[in-house]
Amino acid sequence: MIRLDNTSGGAVAAAIAAERHRMGSAATGMVLSLLILSDEEYQADATAAAVNAARQHPMRIVTLIPRPSRNEPRLDAEIAVGGDDGPGEVAVLRLRGQLAEHANSVAIPLLLADTPVVAFWPAEGPDVPSEDPIGRHAQRRITDCATADDIVRELARRKEGYRPGDTDLAWTRLTPWRSALASVLDRPAGAMSGATVSAEEANPSALLLVSWLSHSLRVPVELVASDGPGITEARLSTGEGDIVVSRSNGSTALLSRPGIPDSRIALPRRDLAALLSEELRRLDPDEVYGDVITHLELP
Amino acid sequence: MSPHRHAAPSGNPLRNPLDQRLPRVAGPCGIVLFGVTGDLSRKKVMPAIYDLANRGLLPPGFGLVGFARRDWEDQDFAQIVHDSVREHARTPFREEVWRQLAEGIRFVAGDIADPEAYLRLKGVVEELDASRGTGGNHAFYLSIPPGLFPPVLEHLKTSGLAEDRPDAWRRVVIEKPFGHDLASAEELNRIVDDVFVPGSVFRIDHYLGKETVQNILAVRFANTMFEPLWNSNYVDNVQITMAEDIGIGGRAGYYDGIGAARDVIQNHLLQLLALTAMEEPLSFAADDVRIEKEKALRAVVLPRELGKHTSRGQYANGWQGGIPVLGYLEEEGIDPQSATETYAAIRVDVDNRRWAGVPFYLRTGKRLGRRVTEVAVVFKRAPHLPFAKTAVQELSNNALVFRIQPDEGITVRFGSKVPNTTSVQVRDVTMDFEYGESFVDSSPEAYERLILDVLLGDPPLFPRHQEVELGWEILDPVLDYWAAHGQPDQYVSGGWGPQSSYEMVARDGRTWRRP
Repeated sequence: MIRLDNTSGGAVAAAIAAERHRMGSAATGMVLSLLILSDEEYQADATAAAVNAARQHPMRIVTLIPRPSRNEPRLDAEIAVGGDDGPGEVAVLRLRGQLAEHANSVAIPLLLADTPVVAFWPAEGPDVPSEDPIGRHAQRRITDCATADDIVRELARRKEGYRPGDTDLAWTRLTPWRSALASVLDRPAGAMSGATVSAEEANPSALLLVSWLSHSLRVPVELVASDGPGITEARLSTGEGDIVVSRSNGSTALLSRPGIPDSRIALPRRDLAALLSEELRRLDPDEVYGDVITHLELP
Repeated sequence: MSPHRHAAPSGNPLRNPLDQRLPRVAGPCGIVLFGVTGDLSRKKVMPAIYDLANRGLLPPGFGLVGFARRDWEDQDFAQIVHDSVREHARTPFREEVWRQLAEGIRFVAGDIADPEAYLRLKGVVEELDASRGTGGNHAFYLSIPPGLFPPVLEHLKTSGLAEDRPDAWRRVVIEKPFGHDLASAEELNRIVDDVFVPGSVFRIDHYLGKETVQNILAVRFANTMFEPLWNSNYVDNVQITMAEDIGIGGRAGYYDGIGAARDVIQNHLLQLLALTAMEEPLSFAADDVRIEKEKALRAVVLPRELGKHTSRGQYANGWQGGIPVLGYLEEEGIDPQSATETYAAIRVDVDNRRWAGVPFYLRTGKRLGRRVTEVAVVFKRAPHLPFAKTAVQELSNNALVFRIQPDEGITVRFGSKVPNTTSVQVRDVTMDFEYGESFVDSSPEAYERLILDVLLGDPPLFPRHQEVELGWEILDPVLDYWAAHGQPDQYVSGGWGPQSSYEMVARDGRTWRRP
């Protein structure tokens, strides 16, 4: 970890390059730049998760932490290059004083040439991510509804501000559920008449699951409150009986199907690094998410 | 790169072709494993099945049936699988995943030659269909010596286990060696094709499951900057190497009488040659790729004087990487008079417009300098060098190297000016691309990929019997020639092969790259 106090974006980029040279490897092989915009509360976890995800997606991670105050504008940086934590490059930047409002000017010299840019807001994201000064650089913009105080309001903002290229980790968290349900329906089932999703209250993923199911199955889907953790059950009603995937412990689900004895499905909840890794696998717009968020019906 | 994939099962409203996130999960199915106690089963197949389950890629209710002549109950077999998973799985052991898998584990005790046993197996398979919802879809994984194929296949046929139905598939998976010459390969293919339709036969060449092997096609056909150079106008020669630093280890029984050429050149190296030399396929659908690979293999010709353009050797005792090692003829279980080669190198030409005059050198060996597999495309020197002779003395041929393993990636070698010299001086430099996936501590094993493809019925990565037979057609004359010409040359362990291998390329005015 190298500290650079009272520095500039260009100087940070030069310091990263110098550190690369010192370690004897000028070629970097980075596949993308990840801009994390966060306050102090979320920055450490988000950066650590990104460093972890960089094992799969070698990248430059730039964490921008606005620290608005009435003091002189000033940029303080900590950088780390390669090493035991993985192959990525990390710059954690604190933007003090008025500079807090000009994160963009710090980010620009730090973007890798000619490679994709991804923006990530681990906590509150902007109203329209694609129009945010930081989001404008990015072809993929990741928010996380689950960290908001008012889930419904936050989902409404995501819906209003949606542009292709946006995604939300509440959607990413659903992938194992969606995959399990889709593979259950690889076995032909009777005509679908309705579905129910049970989840603890204020779970944005559950609302997205309801929207996805009703959009794909074209049947009414009901949301029922449960004790959690997270989503606890998805029930598909077919002419032959109910297909139920239920998970009460947050890790293993029980699959019940008409005419077949119950079986188990591993359905673990995943950490932030795993979610980010999934998010970075594809950098083109997630059209299915686009459909789901724009058709989302909010209570 | 992912080759062309079959469309999602139609009629499933939750499968949307636009959905980037949902992984390709195998449909309802099970695997019946023959040869459950073998090394391959325990070290590769069982761990790969667990890893697939752990990645959520197996269907709910997946079934795994073991078949062997052991007095075991289901739970004894489950314990074997458990131990192998614990020891060899790539992904972390998770109790919930194991329980999901363990529920579908069954064991059938019986002799391979006993028709009764297959009726019991049939009963178990049907029980899985009822209790686990495997839907009649089963793959028979024959992890057994090829000599045992005929009775197994015959009983699978007579018991009705091998019968495809319109709504349920039956597939068979076999491992190399696919015969030991053309005649035996044809015989084997005849036996297999008699029971299963060609599209249901999956021959595992685990090299083809490697990301980097598939990357050869991606690099060639997704870019503009390589393909224009990919011909005899610019390419001087191609060197395909698979080197191992280990000896034969405990495989004496298998290896003696087989040798390096049958073990590696016939399958792996010729497949790599086909991918390097082939024309652009119409699409990445299995048949289109196969047609082009076959065309390339059909164009392969051997040199007329095999003695001058091939080389074979046996490792002699010596030191390797600082450790004293035995010579091949001193290894336990090896006939001291054995003529089996542990090193083989051959020159072939690809007789078509693109490759006329470009030698392809294939070499493989045990106890070589280090473990490495690569395809090196060596370019011609620039026709004119506007520099003083001294300036380019240290410049050799440009090269593009696909590093298959380890350090998977691509290396490009070209000349660059040496900085800070008073007169211009050009020297070789290399530019490396480290394959992104290789950063993943958990990059999927080739076996995971291949087993999943078997269950998905996705055949592009599996050689068809035509390719296997073409491989033998190419190799048989070399093997015959060697058989009639005495002993292989001895070579020093830990080096890069016998003297004759250097002479063989020197005759063409070329040198081996040190991999």
